[in-house]
Amino acid sequence: MEKRVVFKSAWLPYALVAPQIAITVIFFFWPAIEAVYYAFLVQDPFGLSSHFVWFQNFTELFASPEYLDSFKTTAVFSVLVAALGMSIALLLAAMADRVIRGSLAYKTMLIWPYAVAPAIAGVLWAFMFSPSIGIVTYYLLKLGLNWNWVINGNQAMLLVVMAAAYKQVSYNFLFFLAGLQSIPRSMIEAAAIDGASPVRRFWTIIFPLISPTTFFLLVVNIVYAFFDTFGVIDATTQGGPAAATEILVYKVYYDGVKAADLGGSSAQSVILMFIVIALTVVQFRFVERKVQY
Amino acid sequence: MAEIVLDGVTKSFGKTEVIHPVQATIADGEFVVIVGPSGCGKSTLLRIIAGLETATAGEIRIAGKRVNEVEPKDRNIAMVFQNYALYPHMTVYGNMAYGLKIRKLSRADIEQRVQRAAKILELGPYLQRKPRELSGGQRQRVAMGRAIVREPAAFLFDEPLSNLDAKLRVQMRLEIQKLHRELRTTSVYVTHDQVEAMTLADRMFVINAGTIEQAGAPIEVYDDPATLFVAGFIGSPSMNFLPGRREADGVEVGGGMKVPLPEALRASAPQSLTVGVRPEHLELGGTEGLPFRLNVETIEALGADSLLHTNFHGTPLVARVDGHAAPAAGETLTFTVLPRHLYFFDTASGKRLRAGR
Amino acid sequence: MKDATTALMVENRPIADFIAHAILILGVIVVAFPLWVTFVASTRTFDEIVNVPMALTPGTHLIDNYRQALTAGSERGSSAPVGTMLMNSAIVAFCIAVGKIAISIISAFAIVYFRFPLRKFFFWMIFLTLMLPVEVRIIPTFEVAADLKLLDSYQGLILPLIASATATFLFRQFFLTIPDELVEAARIDGAGPMRFFFDVVIPLSRTHVAALFVILFIYGWNQYLWPLLITQKESMYTVVIGIKRMIAAGDASNEWNIIMATAMLALLPPALVVILMQKWFVKGLVDSEK
Repeated sequence: MEKRVVFKSAWLPYALVAPQIAITVIFFFWPAIEAVYYAFLVQDPFGLSSHFVWFQNFTELFASPEYLDSFKTTAVFSVLVAALGMSIALLLAAMADRVIRGSLAYKTMLIWPYAVAPAIAGVLWAFMFSPSIGIVTYYLLKLGLNWNWVINGNQAMLLVVMAAAYKQVSYNFLFFLAGLQSIPRSMIEAAAIDGASPVRRFWTIIFPLISPTTFFLLVVNIVYAFFDTFGVIDATTQGGPAAATEILVYKVYYDGVKAADLGGSSAQSVILMFIVIALTVVQFRFVERKVQY
Repeated sequence: MAEIVLDGVTKSFGKTEVIHPVQATIADGEFVVIVGPSGCGKSTLLRIIAGLETATAGEIRIAGKRVNEVEPKDRNIAMVFQNYALYPHMTVYGNMAYGLKIRKLSRADIEQRVQRAAKILELGPYLQRKPRELSGGQRQRVAMGRAIVREPAAFLFDEPLSNLDAKLRVQMRLEIQKLHRELRTTSVYVTHDQVEAMTLADRMFVINAGTIEQAGAPIEVYDDPATLFVAGFIGSPSMNFLPGRREADGVEVGGGMKVPLPEALRASAPQSLTVGVRPEHLELGGTEGLPFRLNVETIEALGADSLLHTNFHGTPLVARVDGHAAPAAGETLTFTVLPRHLYFFDTASGKRLRAGR
Repeated sequence: MKDATTALMVENRPIADFIAHAILILGVIVVAFPLWVTFVASTRTFDEIVNVPMALTPGTHLIDNYRQALTAGSERGSSAPVGTMLMNSAIVAFCIAVGKIAISIISAFAIVYFRFPLRKFFFWMIFLTLMLPVEVRIIPTFEVAADLKLLDSYQGLILPLIASATATFLFRQFFLTIPDELVEAARIDGAGPMRFFFDVVIPLSRTHVAALFVILFIYGWNQYLWPLLITQKESMYTVVIGIKRMIAAGDASNEWNIIMATAMLALLPPALVVILMQKWFVKGLVDSEK
């Protein structure tokens, strides 16, 4: 879509895009190109010299069990965050779509966690589930559950999944609720007259109708789990124990910043770039469809 | 006030010429309506005058000055848009004053001009309202007010009434007439509605497929259409057309019926002709003129008049008769037409056959 | 419309409605529980917290804890006062939101209302930033910031984050819905591009700006990785970074009462923004995903 009428000026449009383009070039493109360049270098241990090694950093990465494990960890983490966050949100949205009284109050009280920074959410959940002083840990122990995420990798994973999904529930809830409320009432009434029970109605009529929302949220949640959960990990497990929660973005940070492995970290950056490009393409393909839908 | 001259104005989009060279003059103080079906290029022509489009070739002169390269704001024109194009976040006053503020008029001047326009248009009580709080007709008046306060050399109207309902359209038509009588500003008015064109125009340009087919006072164009297109477009209901074949001193129009061809036309008439007759010229129970036996198929009773939809040897014919004299559907009746009310067209070229031309 | 549905559900309404409310209330409780625990911990002394299990009712040290957090910070781990950090967060979040909106609205205006060479190219450049989050260019971006002497500065915290493809698209989308006739009317009225921008485009964009501001303020407030990289001085910490720095040692040695007070202070401003500006928040969220 284009405007029929436009203004004419030889310099003004350039001046108007200049700030955004400057930021984009200086802080996005230039560093990204450097990251790609570094990915082909190896630095000596003191960081004094470096030389070009072609794909050595990549072959080393894919030969490294830690990196492959990090891939697996990320996959498990993302799927769990998306599944947990979306299923709870869908349940709550379906209920909120039903009730008349108090729906605004419920909505308000369910969406505020969106405002909580991932790192803060991590701190909150880590505190509740702290092995020594956590209030939830205490009651779990009473139930006979030995909870210690500091040494138990699965429990650590569960903790970061809960903390990461916490904030996403709000987001998913809002979109599911909007999706549910956009379904024409007449369609549901027709199903009710046909004698379908509420549960059956949900799975045979409503759920298929909101499938575009569901797919959209799936992509958004996976992008979130991949890239925006760094704070959750860094504020709680820091990838531990024994790399059980070391997702890709944490590893790229750790290897680059803490372990100062420039080439290896940059190679990881490049791989992450490909992932984010793939996810963005999927997302935009879908957005195109959503507009038409 | 000013005369507007279009001197060979042409517009092409890429390789397609949408406006063929136009030669026209709009006199100082004249109200000209450009009328034609949608997509005929009439709005493009208006926008070229406004400076919102550039002409591909030719010259536009306003008050004797070439304005092709002049910005719209400097052409001393004002425009009223179909969708009003009011600034939604400004009050009525703000909308009218905006152009004056940009022109750096003094506050007092602006106040005086806006108040005057508001008085003419009876917008006084609404000056502090936002456009969304107004009815369609009021918005239209604000759009006109915005044009009036500028005191321009010319008003350009782009289908200003087509977003209004039928009743308001009639009322606004009268207001625009009144306004023009008072202000006497050169006006160019674009519409697809031939009734608007007939009622408003001092002179109208009937335009089709990028060409002005006829220019003239409404009644001239009605009485003396130059082409098949103009004849069919101007007048409501449309003129009836019968396909005809030249036969010596007459034209066979179907079922063996022959109408006489005026002597003056005989020399130039081709073999294939189209004979036109207006619905209002088919007289029921008349005694003079050519008799047409017509079978009435359906009747549209409009009150004062009735429209009889009939069939003449396979060609539908509409006749307008007195509302109280309406016959029943199914009847076959005789209508008469005076020979001077018959129009003859060259079917191939669409041109009207006119004596002495 | 809702009434019609419930009328049809008459046969099972009481039980189904009861279940719906029960599930929603449970959801609200689960969502609010971490906040409540945090609040309670922020009102108790360190000893009360580590003495498991901590009671789930507010204690008496609310004012002490918050005063200490705001003015002195934690005695262990990082010891910068949280007051400074809150100020930093507020400045950074505000400037990021305003900056993103400002540079996006003008670039969208240029892209929609002008035709110029490289227009499409710029558009795609802005689009591509979506594919380059900080996470995939950590070290080089840090180097650029260091070269430009932006470490430990507000400019460093703000500038690299104010490019916004999302906001640019949103404004572009909106501008395309502004009727062409409005520009034409403005041109005939004598308004040039910038006059049109300030007199017409900006006032018409108000609701979009408000909605975006809410979303972007939260975005800016909650930034983590970038501030972590470029702030070394405690005086430049944002509160989200500060709280992480307070958690230095094991569970028993962290000053949990102060940390929890800080956590409350860190999450309240954005949470209040969401609750008080719910309408704008929801609009912003939905708009920015279009």
